[in-house]
Amino acid sequence: MKNPYRTQNIAFFFLFLATLLIMVPVGLIVAIIIQKGLPAINWQFLIDMPRQGMRAGGIFPAIIGTIYLVTGAIIFALPIGLLTAIYLSEYSKDNLLTRLIKLAIVNLAGVPSVVYGLFGLALFVVFFKFGTSILSGSLTLGIMIIPVIITTSREALESVPQSFREVSLSLGASKWQTIRHIVLPNAIPGILTGTILGLGRAAGETAPILFTVAAFYLPQLPSSIFDQAMALPYHLYVISTQVPNVDEKIRYGTAFVLLALVLFMNLVAIIIRYKFRKKKKW
Amino acid sequence: MVKIITKNLNLWYGAFHALKNINLSIEANRITAIIGPSGCGKSTMLRVFNRMNDLTEGVRMDGEVLIDDTNILNSHTDLVVLRKKAGMVFQRPNPFPLSIYENIAFGEKIHGENITRNKLDEIVEKSLKDVFLWDEVKNKLNESALRLSLEQRQRLCIARLIAVKPEVLLMDEPCSTLDPQATARVEELMRELKSKYTIIIVTHNMQQAARVSDDTGFMLLGKLIEFGQTQEIFTAPRDKRTEDYITGRYG
Repeated sequence: MKNPYRTQNIAFFFLFLATLLIMVPVGLIVAIIIQKGLPAINWQFLIDMPRQGMRAGGIFPAIIGTIYLVTGAIIFALPIGLLTAIYLSEYSKDNLLTRLIKLAIVNLAGVPSVVYGLFGLALFVVFFKFGTSILSGSLTLGIMIIPVIITTSREALESVPQSFREVSLSLGASKWQTIRHIVLPNAIPGILTGTILGLGRAAGETAPILFTVAAFYLPQLPSSIFDQAMALPYHLYVISTQVPNVDEKIRYGTAFVLLALVLFMNLVAIIIRYKFRKKKKW
Repeated sequence: MVKIITKNLNLWYGAFHALKNINLSIEANRITAIIGPSGCGKSTMLRVFNRMNDLTEGVRMDGEVLIDDTNILNSHTDLVVLRKKAGMVFQRPNPFPLSIYENIAFGEKIHGENITRNKLDEIVEKSLKDVFLWDEVKNKLNESALRLSLEQRQRLCIARLIAVKPEVLLMDEPCSTLDPQATARVEELMRELKSKYTIIIVTHNMQQAARVSDDTGFMLLGKLIEFGQTQEIFTAPRDKRTEDYITGRYG
């Protein structure tokens, strides 16, 4: 006789085990980076220029470069992403065009990041003659995170109850007034969460900035959006593979800063989402 | 005075013929109830008067619906103006997740031009007084409207609507989520309001229609079977189907 409780327990055990296992790599990565990187972290490391062929000194220009790139990406991607999300969620009808747009977004999200890099090189660097510059890099990163912003913003907009829209319209509000005064305010936390997740992704990617902006080494900080810049992920790649005899401490210290930056952004996103859920009452 | 007239009104959702050749006339300053079993088209009927059916894809209408002698089914009807004139109270009380004050002020925010704070305060106070909610909420106008009881929320929704200065109140089963006492208070409110507005209420609670309305229309499968004074409909219905419905033979 089969014992249904025993098979059930076995199934639970494996389901739980699999779930538990996904925590292992996360925990290990964070633990190793902290253990090896934390000793390198001090004020000097964060605000100093690299010295002695990047074998000493700090990573300040890489941090600044990443901040510039992420800011540029969001300035470009947020308006386009949000407006697209509003169009798709509020205005578009289910027709061939809409389906094509949605298909494009899904595919855009699936394009490998190195392909974005090559695309950015061809379009922004060469065709528009922006050169290898912060502008080209930001635009490339921006295109890469647009799908994230569209998808999360659409979810946020669509989670606003239909009844709010109906009431607003029934009170004589126009469609745009309804979106502006009722739908958007209620969707902002979700939109913000998506935006920050997009930022985190943009901060961490190497391939899209490889051909479009990243500099191996610059003795001074960028002074305009047409300058090249150093950036954390690429700097990490450079000191790990291209420069011999870099102290392990510096490599892991850089990784630590990058990881901390991305995790911090995700944490902010989680907090916003949590606060919003507590407030939400419908 | 006749406020609303429909002439040979037909409505289709895609291939489904939801309203069939409806002819009725609704008087101002009276409460008109539309009753009938689920799916008879009574809500659809109500949503014709402020063209809320337009939000559903694949809706088609023909015939005429005259409000103050203007055919609102015209393609160039200004829906903003129409919906200001004919406002709706929904089945579920649905205040916005804003403060009580902001809920009432919403109409002014979208329709009003640079209104002073004092004037807005006045409108909020007057609207809340009109629905007898003022005394209960005057000290917590800035609290979330979602903290109110269901009945208070429904009255708040009516106040929010009144603030837009409508002429017609369309009520879609406004008491179906309320307990009997709250229902009684909302019905009382409707009687108070009828001197100023044309009220149309959709309900599948026959007793409610009998209690509150002056005129009643009975609908069945998209047709208006009978329309007349409530007293007559409930005491001496002319149509067998009306009689069967109000005596509880089906519904």
